[in-house]
Amino acid sequence: MRTGALLRLAVLTAFAGVFLFPFIYMLAFSIKPVDEIFSGSLSLVPGSWGGLRNFPDALRAEPLLRYLLNGVIVCAGILIFQLLFAVPCAYALAKLRFRGREVLFGIVIFGLLVPMQATALPIYLGLALSGLADTYTALIAPFTASVFAVFLFRQFFRTIPEDLLDAARLDGCSEASVMLRIVLPMTMPAATAFAIFSVVSHWNDLFWPIIAIRSPELNTPPLGILAFRSADAGDRYGELMAGTVIITAPLIIAFLMAQRRFIEGISLGALKG
Amino acid sequence: MSPKPPSASLPAHTRTAWAFVLPFFLVLSIFVLGPTLAVIGLSVSDWKLGETTITFVGLENYEELFGDRIFWNSARNTAVYTLMVVPVSVALGVWLAVLVEASRLGRTFFRSAIFLPVVSTTVAMAVVWEFLLHPTLGPVNTLIGYAGVPPQRFLSDAKIVLVTLAAIGVWETAGYVMVLVLAGLKSIPSDLYDAAAVDGAHRPWERFWTVTWPLLGPTMVFVTIIAMLRAIRVFETVAALTQGGPRRASEVVLFTIYQEGITYFRIGYASALTVVFLLVLLVLTAVQFRVLDRRAHYG
Repeated sequence: MRTGALLRLAVLTAFAGVFLFPFIYMLAFSIKPVDEIFSGSLSLVPGSWGGLRNFPDALRAEPLLRYLLNGVIVCAGILIFQLLFAVPCAYALAKLRFRGREVLFGIVIFGLLVPMQATALPIYLGLALSGLADTYTALIAPFTASVFAVFLFRQFFRTIPEDLLDAARLDGCSEASVMLRIVLPMTMPAATAFAIFSVVSHWNDLFWPIIAIRSPELNTPPLGILAFRSADAGDRYGELMAGTVIITAPLIIAFLMAQRRFIEGISLGALKG
Repeated sequence: MSPKPPSASLPAHTRTAWAFVLPFFLVLSIFVLGPTLAVIGLSVSDWKLGETTITFVGLENYEELFGDRIFWNSARNTAVYTLMVVPVSVALGVWLAVLVEASRLGRTFFRSAIFLPVVSTTVAMAVVWEFLLHPTLGPVNTLIGYAGVPPQRFLSDAKIVLVTLAAIGVWETAGYVMVLVLAGLKSIPSDLYDAAAVDGAHRPWERFWTVTWPLLGPTMVFVTIIAMLRAIRVFETVAALTQGGPRRASEVVLFTIYQEGITYFRIGYASALTVVFLLVLLVLTAVQFRVLDRRAHYG
C-alpha cells in the first residue's frame, strides 16, 4: 500500500511538472538576457541578472498596461450589463407568474445552443454598418445578454422558498425591492461563480476581439500579446516572455488566491458547453 | 419541465414581470436571435459589405462550399484534431482525478498545477509554446534530443503540426476534465467502496471498474460533450501559432470562417460555413448525448 502511495505521488509530480513546464520556462526566460536564451541551455536560473531589465524594456516596447486596462474595462463592462439584464429577467422567470413565461424560457434554452462563433459575422456587419466597429462598445455589447446567466440565476432563484418572498410582499415591498433586498443577497455564491466564469472567458477570448478591433489602443490582453510578438521580430525573446508574464499574471494570481472559487466558477461554465 | 407554480396568494404582476424580462429579451434579439436569423439569411444571399442590394441565390453558397477543397480540408483537420484531443484529455483527466482524489499529500497543489492551463490566457501561453517548440533553440527539442530523437519542426512540418496543436489542446483540456470528474467523484458514497472491498475488489483498478466507472457514467457523458464542444471550436492556438499553415495543414473550421468572412469578406460563403458548423454542433450534442446516455444507464 505504501509503495502504491509513493508511486501515485511520483506520477502526479511528473504530471504537475509537465503541466507547469510552460509556466516555469516563461518565468525563467523572462529574466534571462538574450544571449543566454539563444545559447539553448535548459538551465532555469539565469547566469547574470541583466535579464531583469526585460520587464521595464517590455513595458517600454509595448503599452502592456494599457492592454491590461482594456481587459479590465471590457470584462467589467460585460459583467455589469450581464447582471443588470439577466438578474431581473431570471427573477421574473423563476418567481413571477405571467403569460408567455414558458415561451420566453424556451427562447433562453434555444439561446444556450447558439455559440458566439455562429453570430459573430452578422454582429460584426451590424456594428460596421452602424459605425460602432472598433470601439469599446463593439467589445462589450454583443455579450451583454447572457442566456447562461438567466438560466443559472433562474435555477438558483427557484430554490428560494416562496414564503420568504410572500412575507416581504405582505409588508408592502415592491417586486423590485423583494428581488434586490431578499433574493439578491442570497444569490451571492452563484453570482460570484458566474462573475469568475464571465471574466475568465472574456479576458482570454481572442475570436471576437480579433474580428471587432483594428486600433492597437483598443487591444485586449490576447490581442496585445499578438501585437507584441509581431512587433518583436523574433530576436527579443526575453522581453516577449516578460510581456507574457505581465499579461497572464493578473488572472493567474487571482486564481492562486481563490482557487476553490475559480474552479467552482469555471466548472459552472461547463453547463454551457 | 414543469416549474412549480408561484404561490396562489401572489397577484398577477404582469406589468412588473414584463418590465423585468423586456430589457434582456430586447438585447437578446439584437445580439443573439437576430444575428442567428441573419446568418441563415446571408448564407442564401450574395450580399457584400457596402452594397445596398441583396439577391437571393438559393443554395449556391452551400454548393460552392461542399465543392470546395478548402472546406473539406478544414472539416477534416477539425475532426482529426477533435478525435485526438477528446479521448486523450478525457482519459488523462479521469486518471488524474482518481490519482488526485486518492492522494493525501499535496492534493491542492496537484489540482492547481494541472488546472492552471485552463485559467491562463491561451494566446499568451501559445506564444510561450512557440518558443518552447522552436526548431533549433526550443527546450522541447533539446529534451527529445537527449532521448536520441532528431529535432522536429513542430509547428511548420505539415505532417506533425496538427499533432502538436492537439498536444497543446490536451494540455489545456485535461485539467478541466479533471476538475469536473473530481466533482463527480465526490458524489460517490464511500461505503460503496467498502462494499466492493468485501466483495473482493482490493486493487485500486478493481475498485475503479466496479464502483467508480459505473457511477461516474452521467459525469462522463457530460465531460465528453464539453471536451468535444471545446475541441471543435479550436481557434486561439491556430490563429496565434500557425495561421492554418503550413499549406493549410492546420486550418480548422473556425479559422476558415474568420478568414473567408473577415479577411476576404466573402460573406455568403462564410455564412453558409457558419450555418453548417452550427448544425454539426447541434447534431453532435444531440447524438452523443443519446448514445452515451444509454451506455451510462445499461452499460
